[in-house]
Amino acid sequence: MAEVEETLKRIQTHKGVIGTIVANAEGIPIRTTLDNSTTVQYAGLLHQLTMKARSTVRDIDPQNDLTFLRIRSKKHEIMVAPEKEYLLIVIQNPSE
Amino acid sequence: MEIVYVYTKRRSEFGRQCNFSDRPAELHVDILPDPSLAANFIERDPCDVPLQCSQEMSEHEVNTERYESESRGINHAEGGWPKDVNPQEMEQTIRYRKKVEKDENYVNTIMQLGSHMEHCIKQNNAIDIYQEYFEEDEEMEECEEQPSAKTINIFRDPNEIKRTATSLSWHPDASRKLAVAYSTLEFQRATPDMSLDSYIWDIENPNKPDMTVKPVSPLVCLEYNPKDSHILRTGTPAKEASPWRCQLFEHSHRDPVFKVIWLQSKTGTDAFSASTDGQVLWWDIRKLSEPTERLVLDPSRKGNLDNALGAISLEFETTMPTKFMVGTEQGLVVSCNRKAKTPAEKIVCTYSGHHGPIYALQRNPFFPKNFLTVADWTARIWSEDIKESSIMWTKYHMAYLTDGCWSPVRPSVFFTVKMDGTLDVWDFLFKQNDPTLSLKVCDEALYSLKVQDNGRFLACGSQLGTATLLEISPGLCFLQKNEKALATAMFERETKREKILEARQREMRLKERSRSEQSKEEESKEAHGAEESAEELTIQAEKEFFDIVDGELKKREKEEEKCKEKDVCEEKDG
Repeated sequence: MAEVEETLKRIQTHKGVIGTIVANAEGIPIRTTLDNSTTVQYAGLLHQLTMKARSTVRDIDPQNDLTFLRIRSKKHEIMVAPEKEYLLIVIQNPSE
Repeated sequence: MEIVYVYTKRRSEFGRQCNFSDRPAELHVDILPDPSLAANFIERDPCDVPLQCSQEMSEHEVNTERYESESRGINHAEGGWPKDVNPQEMEQTIRYRKKVEKDENYVNTIMQLGSHMEHCIKQNNAIDIYQEYFEEDEEMEECEEQPSAKTINIFRDPNEIKRTATSLSWHPDASRKLAVAYSTLEFQRATPDMSLDSYIWDIENPNKPDMTVKPVSPLVCLEYNPKDSHILRTGTPAKEASPWRCQLFEHSHRDPVFKVIWLQSKTGTDAFSASTDGQVLWWDIRKLSEPTERLVLDPSRKGNLDNALGAISLEFETTMPTKFMVGTEQGLVVSCNRKAKTPAEKIVCTYSGHHGPIYALQRNPFFPKNFLTVADWTARIWSEDIKESSIMWTKYHMAYLTDGCWSPVRPSVFFTVKMDGTLDVWDFLFKQNDPTLSLKVCDEALYSLKVQDNGRFLACGSQLGTATLLEISPGLCFLQKNEKALATAMFERETKREKILEARQREMRLKERSRSEQSKEEESKEAHGAEESAEELTIQAEKEFFDIVDGELKKREKEEEKCKEKDVCEEKDG
């Protein structure tokens, strides 16, 4: 329990990190450092995108699986670490 | 001669099948050649034969099937929660989250993902994968590019009788729309059948105005509200200052309103307007029956409307909410303080130097202490501290200048338009004597100019109501290296120069005044003394003159004597 807290706190203290979200397999945010509406939007949309990306990877090669998703945008980089049950989403501004 | 051949058939044989048979030819008539007719024959020579040699064309019309579109709302609801949890209920969601967080699988997963994620974050912070190498070289290339501007669209006044495009305003948000006010300001040229409408154009559609503003009298100026873009503020040459409602005449302007500006208030409903009747009035659009405040531009500060200067341009910088400036018909810039207690204190100072009405007045968006005025044949840049003279100015042009404004992105660039239809782009860091770019936009006079907020597009309105949309080259609308520092240095240097000149002039004036005072005091004494000295001087001069004359005479006598002696000697020798 405390270890999880510590890990998430450490991630949040890294340079340029804007927000951290943990979502479950349905895209429901479990933990977040952002406000509610932003969190719901990020979690919902990234959950869909991750599912799509995962199915793409698996369709190409059924032995393969998605391990990480990086979305580079003009303003940020959104990083998604998917697992069977949970998603860890971090929004970072690398140029900061 | 008549040729008749009678063919007979019996009634009983009608409709019966005919029987053909061979028989020798028989002669019915014989016409002999007539020589008299032959003599009348004239051969036609030359012969005219018309014929057409152009491609045959035809016109067809086709209408594709209409695509019906409609707007519909959609409700986004938060989903994915277990059935027994209501996402609107805070308590339930929190309880669910707590439950998940206690799950061992969750702890393990997050620990694992966390380390993975941290690795990536560190990676991002360690290397910037989009870092640009050799950035400077590219910039150099950009600098070498020639400044240019190209016409994108031309919006013509769709009415028969053309009117001048007197004012332009860009839509504050998307900047895809341009509002143009049309009116005729020439004395007694407005005819009753002239249209009163002004238009809002979509910048990509020059064929048809996007919207029509139908006021009760022609508009001279108009301005988008920066907060609520659905409201346009307009100025009309008739007695009312608003297009929505006729107002009580005694509470409003008596001359055309030449400029209106929205104030940056909380409600976004306050504006103020200037007119050539010498008044500046403040309005709240929720109560347009009378102005909320009024200022009479009397330079003697007595509030006399008869002495007032006609205002033709206004400047208001949102960062300095109490200050504003007015450009007058008399070529004076009046700096005012809105929050002063008495009306007399409202006029802070005046700047003079122009010979004609000031058509444009704007503070530099980066250095609000410096402002630009456009009047007569010059554009001038002033410093607030120096009231006697501008710190920079252009040479006198051949044509009148009618409008001007600063570039919103580059502190050293400004634009002016002239009566001869040219647009000048000035970059005083690059060239001070001549415009960086001079472009003939149209053949008639240009009357108005407005730059879009990103500095890339600008629109000019002409005498015959055409608004031309131009795009300027990127070199003119991107901040150059060190530009701000260089512009600051330039402004400071010029201000310093003017200060020194001003100080020197003041000194000279002081000296002159003190000298004239002194001379007054000592006039009686000095007058006498001066006469004496003059006499002495003449005596001395005369003496010197005669001394020289005497000396010369003596010399000559001596020489003559010598000559005589010589002659005597020669005679003796002979």
